[in-house]
Amino acid sequence: MKKVFKLEDLDCANCAAKMENAIKGLPEVRDASVNFLLQKMTIELEDGEDIDAVMKKVVKLCRKVEPDCRILL
Amino acid sequence: MTRGQKKRLIRIIVCAALLVIAYLMPQPTVRLVLFGAAYLLVGYDVILKSLRGIAHGQVFDENFLMLVATVGAFLIGQYPEGVFVMLFYQIGELFQDIAVARSRRSIAQLMDIRPDYVNIMQDGEMIQSDPDEVAVGDVFYVKPGEKVPLDAVILEGHSALDMAALTGESVPVSVSEGTEILSGSVNLQGLLQCRATKEFGESTVSKILQLVEEASDKKSRSENFITRFAHYYTPTVVILAVLLAVIPPLLVPGAEWKDWIGRALIFLVISCPCALVISVPLSFFGGIGGASSQGILIKGGNYLEALARTGTVVFDKTGTLTRGVFRVQYCLSAGRLSNEELIETAALAETYSSHPIAQSLQQAYGKAVDPERVKDAEDLSGRGISALVDGERIYVGNRKLMDELHLGTEACSDMGTVVYVATPTEYLGLILIADEIKPDAEDAVAELKAGQIRTIMLTGDREEAAQDVAHRLGIDRCYAGLLPADKVARMEAILKDPDAGKVVFMGDGINDAPVLSRADLGVAMGAIGSDAAIEAADIVIMNDEPGKLATAIRISRFTLRIVKENIIFAIGVKVLFLILAAFGLTTIWMGVFADVGVAVLAILNALRCLKPVKES
Repeated sequence: MKKVFKLEDLDCANCAAKMENAIKGLPEVRDASVNFLLQKMTIELEDGEDIDAVMKKVVKLCRKVEPDCRILL
Repeated sequence: MTRGQKKRLIRIIVCAALLVIAYLMPQPTVRLVLFGAAYLLVGYDVILKSLRGIAHGQVFDENFLMLVATVGAFLIGQYPEGVFVMLFYQIGELFQDIAVARSRRSIAQLMDIRPDYVNIMQDGEMIQSDPDEVAVGDVFYVKPGEKVPLDAVILEGHSALDMAALTGESVPVSVSEGTEILSGSVNLQGLLQCRATKEFGESTVSKILQLVEEASDKKSRSENFITRFAHYYTPTVVILAVLLAVIPPLLVPGAEWKDWIGRALIFLVISCPCALVISVPLSFFGGIGGASSQGILIKGGNYLEALARTGTVVFDKTGTLTRGVFRVQYCLSAGRLSNEELIETAALAETYSSHPIAQSLQQAYGKAVDPERVKDAEDLSGRGISALVDGERIYVGNRKLMDELHLGTEACSDMGTVVYVATPTEYLGLILIADEIKPDAEDAVAELKAGQIRTIMLTGDREEAAQDVAHRLGIDRCYAGLLPADKVARMEAILKDPDAGKVVFMGDGINDAPVLSRADLGVAMGAIGSDAAIEAADIVIMNDEPGKLATAIRISRFTLRIVKENIIFAIGVKVLFLILAAFGLTTIWMGVFADVGVAVLAILNALRCLKPVKES
C-alpha cells in the first residue's frame, strides 16, 4: 500500500533526507521518500501492515529529526 | 514573504541595531550585555532547536553546530564574532527560505494546469462544483477562458482549444460537436456543453500532474551521491574540527589554544552540506518541470540524467519520423481526364477494396463514393483491381498490371507507391501515394547529429522506402524489413556496442512496447490520451513531433551542467575554506559566507533550470 502525506514547515533539505532515511529504517516500511520541494511524503508499507500504527511511529521519528515539521494525517 | 520570514527579518534588523549600539557604548560590561542580548534575540530558535536535537539524540545537526561555533567564539572572547556568525547565519537562512519558496512557486506555476472547478447545471442554474464529484456520463459546461476540467466529448457548441499546457503546441485546435477533448486544455471562444468520459482522477490532467510529481521521487545518481556525501561530510568535518582544536596546541610548542579553537570553529560553521542538499534536487526538479511545460514528460531524475548521456538514438520510422498515413502526393494525367477526374475514377474503382491504398484514394477524393456507379469489381491479386466505372472498364494497379495490358506509362522516380489508372486500351495517368515525412523530422535529426549523437532507424518497411527516408533525413544507419522480434534483436545488438553510449528508442508507443522497454531509455510520442504508452515509456512526448526529443536532450544537458556546476562550486568552495581555515587564513565571517552564501548562490543557479532552454 502506498500513501502520500502533506508536510508543513519542512524547511531544511538535509532534515528531509534524514527523515527519509529514518522512516526507511522501519521494518514495516518497504520504501519511503520525503520530497522537500513538494513538501510531501510517500510511504509504501509492507503487506498486511496497519497504516495508522505505522504513522504513529513515523510521526515520532519525524519529530525527533525536525520538531517544527508537521505531518498532515 | 510569509509571517515566519517577516519575523525573522525583524529579528535580524533589531539584532543589527543592538550591535551598532553596543559598538558605541564605552563601558565593556554594557557592551557585553548588549552583545548577549543581540545574540539571544537572533539565535534563540537555533539554541532551542539544538537543545531539543540533543535530547532526541540528534547531535550533528546544523543548529547544534551553529550553537557550538558561536558559544565557542564567546568563550575565546570574540563576542562580536559570535553574534555576527549567528546574525549572518539567520540572514542566509532567510535568503535560502525565500529562494526555495520562490522556486516552489515557479514550479507550481509551471504545473498550474489543475482545474479548480467545474460548471454544472443545477435546478436550471449554472453553479461551480468540485471536479472530483463529476461521474462519467455527467454533463458539464466550459465557458470561454476556462480550463477543461475532465476528459470529455462535446455535446454542443464549437470553439478553439489552447492545448499548450498539454502538448507545448501553441496553435489552437478547433473543436465542435462530437470532438473528444482533454482536460487541461483552455477553451478560447464559445460555451461548450460536454459529457465527461473519464473521472477527474483518471483524466489526462491528473495523470500528467501525478507523473511529474512522482518524477522527483525517482532519484538520479547525482542526487544519491549528494545524499551519501552529506551523510559523511558533516561528521568528518566535525571530527576534523575537534582534532584541529586539540592536537596542535598539545603537540606544537608555542601554539595557542585560543587561535586553534578559533580555526576549529570556522570548520563547524562550514560543516553543513545544505547548499548541495537543496540545489541538486532543485535543479532536477526544475529541469523536469521545464520539460513538462513543453509537452515532454520525464518520469524521473534518473531518466533526465541518462538522457543527457545519450549516445545513440534509435527511431522507429512509421508514425515517428513519418506521419504513418499514406496520402496522395500528386497525380499525373495522361491527358484525357483532369487530375480531379483521375482521382475520382480511381477512388470509384477501389470502392470495394479495404487496402490502405484505396483508403488514401478515397480520402483524396474527399466525397462519398456512389456505389451505384461501380459494378463488377474484381480483385487482381498482387496487381491491382478492375471495375466497371460508369459503364467503362477501369484498371487501377501497379506497373505489372500495365505491362499485362501492354500499355506504355510515364516513368516516376519519386519514392512511394505508384498507382496507374487505365482502360483496357488507354493509359489514363498515375497517382503517387506516399507516407509523408514529418515537417520537423529533418531538423530533429540534424540537431541530434550536431550534438554528437548517432542516429539509427528501424522499420518493418521495404528496403527502398526506408533507405529513401533515411537518406532524406540524414540518418546514419537504417535497418529495414524487420519483424517486431527482429527489432528487439537489433536493439540488443546496438546496446552491446561499447561506443553506443545511452541508447534511446523513440517510437509511437503502441506497437513498439518490447523495444521501448529494452532500450536504456524509451521515448513514446503522440501519447496524449494513451495510457498504455505513458505506462511503457520512461519519457513521454505529448504531441507527435520528433523535434521534442532534441529539446528534451537539450534540457537534460543544461540541467546536468548546472548540477555539475553546483556540486563542483559548493564542494570546491567548502574544501578551499576548510584548507584556508586550517592554516588560519580565514576569518569566521568568511566561513559564514562559505556556508550560507554558497547555498544561496547554488539555489539561484539551480533556478536557471526552470527557464525554457533556448534553441542552440
